[in-house]
Amino acid sequence: MVRSGWFSRKPNGNKSSTDIPAGIVTKCQRCNEILFVRDFERNSKVCTKCGFHHKLSAYERLEITVDEGSFQPLNEHIISRDPLNFIEYPAKLEKAQTNTKLTEAIVTGTAFIDNKPVVIGVSDFGYMGGSMGSVVGERISRAMEYGLAHRLPVILFTASGGARMQEGLLSLMQMAKTSASAGKLRNEGILYVCVLTDPTTGGVYASYACLGDVILAEPGAVVGFAGRRVGNQDTGVNLPDNFQTSEFQAEHGMVDRILQRKEIRPALALLLKLFDGGRHNDR
Amino acid sequence: MIGDVFDFEKPIAEVETLIQELKSPQRREEALREGIDLSAKIAELEEELHRVMVRVYKNLSPWEKTQLARHKDRPYSLDYIRLIFDDFFELNGDRLAANDEAIVGGPAILESRPVMVIGQQKGRDIKERQRRNFGSAHAEGFRKALRLARMAERFHMPLITMVDTAGAAADLHAEELGVSEAIAHNLREFSLLKTPIIVTIIGEGGSGGALGLAIGDHVSMLEHSIYSVISPEGCAAILWHDKSRASDAAKSLCLTASNALSIGVIDNILPEPLGGAHRDPVTMAETIKTSLLSSLNKLDSLPSVDILIETRYQRLRRMGEYVERTPSEEDSNDG
Ligand SMILES: [Zn+2]
Repeated sequence: MVRSGWFSRKPNGNKSSTDIPAGIVTKCQRCNEILFVRDFERNSKVCTKCGFHHKLSAYERLEITVDEGSFQPLNEHIISRDPLNFIEYPAKLEKAQTNTKLTEAIVTGTAFIDNKPVVIGVSDFGYMGGSMGSVVGERISRAMEYGLAHRLPVILFTASGGARMQEGLLSLMQMAKTSASAGKLRNEGILYVCVLTDPTTGGVYASYACLGDVILAEPGAVVGFAGRRVGNQDTGVNLPDNFQTSEFQAEHGMVDRILQRKEIRPALALLLKLFDGGRHNDR
Repeated sequence: MIGDVFDFEKPIAEVETLIQELKSPQRREEALREGIDLSAKIAELEEELHRVMVRVYKNLSPWEKTQLARHKDRPYSLDYIRLIFDDFFELNGDRLAANDEAIVGGPAILESRPVMVIGQQKGRDIKERQRRNFGSAHAEGFRKALRLARMAERFHMPLITMVDTAGAAADLHAEELGVSEAIAHNLREFSLLKTPIIVTIIGEGGSGGALGLAIGDHVSMLEHSIYSVISPEGCAAILWHDKSRASDAAKSLCLTASNALSIGVIDNILPEPLGGAHRDPVTMAETIKTSLLSSLNKLDSLPSVDILIETRYQRLRRMGEYVERTPSEEDSNDG
């Protein structure tokens, strides 16, 4: 049934099997089922057989989340430098920009969901693992401050391995900065919703991702403090099968709802309705 | 200096051994018998020792500072609490689940003023280290810290924190009780706390676990302490799949106090006694106390608590280095 050559391959041929070839068929990363790309894309990269939620790029996520054509990017002009002269960092940034066509690991802006205005940010794991350096932190804080200034609810989709090592302590401080901005939203009664997607770990999970008034998550996403690789070194303890997944976090009270990908947009629209546009004291 | 001696301490240990030998009863008897005066020789060696120590400790590499920050004899939070404050009364428990001994805290008197002090506490011996999880707090520790911080707010006591941890606990129990949530919660709530917060990094400032106690109005680091997003070993493992290159990683990470000062993450560096805080904890404690009092003095002069909190927010808001392109420089790279 499967023949070589039938699979489309990118010309450079050095892409890992996790990349989705731009051809007729593709393979589920979890169950290895051969899937028609057309069906796979139509199902928002959720496996039609086992339901595995494959990663989405930031713009793929926006496309299925906000009203068509409503997204207006903010702060795209803020870009990274290499403050610590860290080994290979400029090359990594350049490669990430080329591969993702993004200016940084998060896209932020304004949009409408079911005709309701929101500030929205979406991490892109393809850009250096969605890691948070100065620019990601700055864009998040500015997005939150935009929400404050215009009294708009803030919705953030996370997909990140954590703080960006290449900016050292400055990256660690982004945890503090974004959490402090989240504090301002909270004080001002502006709704803040986090949607945890695969993966959300480390310094991102231990900061703004854990601070939503409402926290939603996709099924099967890796969600945890240390990341599963580190957790596995916890010798002598039998780790549960779902250790550091969204299901584990939900079981332990850290997540409000685990939702299928296609349920997220309607859920956000409903939350905006239930929380009266997500901004009490509306002007 | 028998036992654990770091490579960079070896030249010091050699001279110290020589001095000790000359001072030994046998040598003194010998010298007395033979009519030789050793005191001149000893004085000369002691001078040499001072020279060597100055040379070594003023030129420590980032990795050597990391080792010093983790030194088994380095004073811990409770040592400084004993030396700096009067009438410390330890309070325990997060009122939710447990008492995490990796973090200690309670009210105390600084000079004549009641304050709340919270610190991360490593252990001295194996038993204490296990009890305190080597200073790596779980959610319960961060929640206890927040409980005490809230109490400080209610009773108008300044909050003084001491940071010394390799990082937060990252085991099954930590995940079950939500260590990430506890840290994130502290980051947000400390940024809004209506009382002055003074932070001192006394040893290891390891990643999110350190940050969970490090949001404040004034942040100091001891000269040989470190503050980092990831441990040098962890960084080396990621970069080169080789933990033994921690020394190179330490340099790359810019984790020293002077690095942190130059990028605006901390406000000042507290000089350590020659050879490190562990060689003279009393002097170190005096330096910290002087700094705490002066920071507190400055924060007291702020006209209102709203200004205090907004200044704290702006302090965090400034953190980060990036380029803001002007519109003309922007390419069409907007997705
Ligand atoms: Zn599948």
